[in-house]
Amino acid sequence: MVALTGGMFWSGHTKPRLGIDLAGGTSITLKAKAEPGQESAVNESNMNTAVGIIERRVNGLGVSEAEVQTQGRENIIVNIPKGTNEKQAREQVGTTAQLYFRPVLTVAAAQPPVADPSAKPNGTASPKPSASGKPAQGDKGDKDKAGQGAKAGNGEADGKSATPTATATPQGRAVTEGLKAPSPTATASTSPSAPAKAATPPAPEQTPDPATAALQQKFAALNCLDPKQRAAVGQGVKPTEPAVACGENGGMWEKYLLGPAEVDGKDVDKARASLDPQTGQWIVDMTFTDGGSKKFQKITSKLSQQAEPQNQFAIVLDGDVVSAPRVQTTLSANAQISGSFTQQSAQDLGNILSYGALPLSFVTQSVDTVTAALGSDQLQAGLIAGAIGLALVVLYLVIYYRGLSFIALLSLGVSALLTYVLMALLGPAIGFALNLPAVCGAIVAIGITADSFIVYFERIRDEIREGRSLRPAVERAWPRARRTVLVSDFVSFLAAAVLFIVTVGKVQGFAFTLGLTTLLDIVVVFLFTKPVMTLLARTKFFGNGHKLSGLDPKSLGAKPPLRRTRRTSAPAAGTVEPKEA
Amino acid sequence: MSKLGDLGARLHRGEVGYDFIGNRRIWYGLSILITITAIVALAVRGLNMGIEFQGGAVFTTPKTAVSVEQATEYAEEASGHDAIVQKLGNGSLRIQVGGLDTGKSDQVRAQLAEDLKVEEPKIAAELVGPSWGEQIANKAWTGLGVFMILVVIYLAIAFEWRMAVAALVALIHDLTITVGIYSLVGFEVTVGTVIGLLTILGYSLYDTVVVFDSLKEQTKGITKQTRWTYSDIANRSINGTLVRSINTTVVALLPVAGLLFIGGGVLGAGMLNDISLSLFVGLAAGAYSSIFIATPLVADLKEREPAMRALRKRVLAKRSAAATRGDEQDVDGAYDDMAAEPAVVGQRSRRGRSSERRG
Repeated sequence: MVALTGGMFWSGHTKPRLGIDLAGGTSITLKAKAEPGQESAVNESNMNTAVGIIERRVNGLGVSEAEVQTQGRENIIVNIPKGTNEKQAREQVGTTAQLYFRPVLTVAAAQPPVADPSAKPNGTASPKPSASGKPAQGDKGDKDKAGQGAKAGNGEADGKSATPTATATPQGRAVTEGLKAPSPTATASTSPSAPAKAATPPAPEQTPDPATAALQQKFAALNCLDPKQRAAVGQGVKPTEPAVACGENGGMWEKYLLGPAEVDGKDVDKARASLDPQTGQWIVDMTFTDGGSKKFQKITSKLSQQAEPQNQFAIVLDGDVVSAPRVQTTLSANAQISGSFTQQSAQDLGNILSYGALPLSFVTQSVDTVTAALGSDQLQAGLIAGAIGLALVVLYLVIYYRGLSFIALLSLGVSALLTYVLMALLGPAIGFALNLPAVCGAIVAIGITADSFIVYFERIRDEIREGRSLRPAVERAWPRARRTVLVSDFVSFLAAAVLFIVTVGKVQGFAFTLGLTTLLDIVVVFLFTKPVMTLLARTKFFGNGHKLSGLDPKSLGAKPPLRRTRRTSAPAAGTVEPKEA
Repeated sequence: MSKLGDLGARLHRGEVGYDFIGNRRIWYGLSILITITAIVALAVRGLNMGIEFQGGAVFTTPKTAVSVEQATEYAEEASGHDAIVQKLGNGSLRIQVGGLDTGKSDQVRAQLAEDLKVEEPKIAAELVGPSWGEQIANKAWTGLGVFMILVVIYLAIAFEWRMAVAALVALIHDLTITVGIYSLVGFEVTVGTVIGLLTILGYSLYDTVVVFDSLKEQTKGITKQTRWTYSDIANRSINGTLVRSINTTVVALLPVAGLLFIGGGVLGAGMLNDISLSLFVGLAAGAYSSIFIATPLVADLKEREPAMRALRKRVLAKRSAAATRGDEQDVDGAYDDMAAEPAVVGQRSRRGRSSERRG
């Protein structure tokens, strides 16, 4: 106990970590939805992947300490502490937009160019220099120019024109050579499908709306070197609209202007990394679903007709470009992405594709917003209630057990201290957070803890009634009380454990506290109550059965052993007996 | 000394000898009556399911002077759904609105903030989908099932199957009563209620197990004597642990009552209140069932065993023989201490007061 308490102070975690309901914040429960026929998709590894992705999303908001955990087999709980934009967080978590294949319209260096206006590719109504002071490199600028042409909205390559034109621009227009190929540069191939049709240039993306201008502007201003901007860029992007995005490319950040999504993650049947036996390089194999094959065939046939950079499609995960392979031929059901993958990166991409491919969409089960004020109110009320309850228990025990209550109260105190210390330590250790039901559980546990003493005391009293003096009574009562305590605590613990395992969220916190206090009860009774009882039995006050010790043989109705005399204490009992509450 | 005080004193001295087993039919009857009432209530009135089970949002406002009626009007206007508004102890309002989704909830919240003239962030919103409560309930059922199976196995091994069966019956009895009371009174069933209900599982059995433990201990070698039948000993086990049962229940109920009345009084409705209410009802039922249902049931089941029947015959024969001899000691002794301590038992059986039974 001393060690534990010491540990608490040493580790500096002297307060239990408060749950979201006490500290305030938002708690979102998501439930994985299995699509018909794909029920097995809801499994542990997929859930963990989902947790990872959601965690990236939430913490991408700049939230520290947001917790994302699986709970049960199919739930993910997202706890976002106070001080977060809760609405934004909710949108973040709630949306299932994960993986899309979007045609690349433009690729550019990570940061917006400044300084030299002529080098500025996108003058579009955004002459303001961005925070990043780096001028764009020449080739990047070119690239930007090139890309810019792809979009409607900037008629001129050098974006001096501030008016976005609403005319759709054919995609194949501005192409500059010398682009740094995005790597992993994919030479997608091995399609079983028919070779590329001599397709007419695909219909340009029809986005003749002011949004295009805004998008251009956004693209120009985007600085992918800034993590905050990176995190924000993918927010609220609809798959049906063009978007800007960031992507890391061989350690360099690049920004992309992307067309509407053509294929989404659900269209991917599976994807996995493998080692190409011929080239000895890591590749990622993808298999599309039937519907996905058709879509993919369409987009690849379109893209393979394009020149750089528009012959690429970007694999966009939550707004980030994970990879932007080039398309060389029309593909359909199967595709291979090759490039300068390491084993790790290939596997990551495979996972990402697979994840997006899995029908693991989430339904928002509940969104709880708890203001800190309410939480502290509730905590306060809970603590007041606990204190009053405890005071009543103390009063009752003192009246009924007299001196014995000293041991009971001491034990309760030790138990409370241990509970507190453990809670404080378990916060950082296993993420235990004291929430309202847990407080409730702790209060309820007072009863369980007190019961052990009651069982023991009653046993001791039984022994005394049978005429034993205190010391042998204490020793004789112990084995019998011990068994009862163990058996009943086992049942109690079983209930808590079952509750903990099968339930979710709030119920779990409650069950955990209950289980913890039950275990502590055993520890306290064995290592504290019993030894203290033994020690106290040697004192004169208890050992001789002082009237106020609670162990007065007379008032307990004991008779001296082996003497066949009638008990004489009965008439006097009324004066010393406590009243039943 | 008042009658209650006298009972307390006698409890204190371990002298109570109420014939629980002998009067078991009264208690069975009472329990069956309560259970039937509970089932009928459940069938007729159903349960007042909380927002968790219907889907909707709960808004909690900061302290406000706006009246409940006014707030109800605001909330219904803002949402287009029925709203339940409660004034909480600290002056804030708890507004429940059914049938809201995420987007709508934000609108309603903003509208409420405007109507109530408070800052929007100060209104806490708790949004739940209809499947949330259902899921919790499903998990609760699973938990209940798993727990019952495990406990029956455990009790069957640690004690014996008859006790396991009796404990199970008592458990179901407690749950039925609790649910019945919820239905009758119309308390709202929330996730907190479910938590409370599940906790009763442990509590209800806890009490029962303590009595069974004593029973098991006392019936060791029961066939080797002819003074007491199984029922007699079962009765003594109940009486012997009665003080403990009462004390434990009182001690457990006090903090729960604190939560219920003080926590609830300060804050009005809320999870604290929901949990403590179902706990309160369940705890009381649990204490009752461990004394009046579980143990008598075990005795009933045991008495069907041939060995116990034979024992009963022997005991009764001996008693009638003793009665004809005019020796009252044995009859009296039925509620006295155990044969394991012959000297003490023999001596204590002379105690006059223990023959005076309370009913």
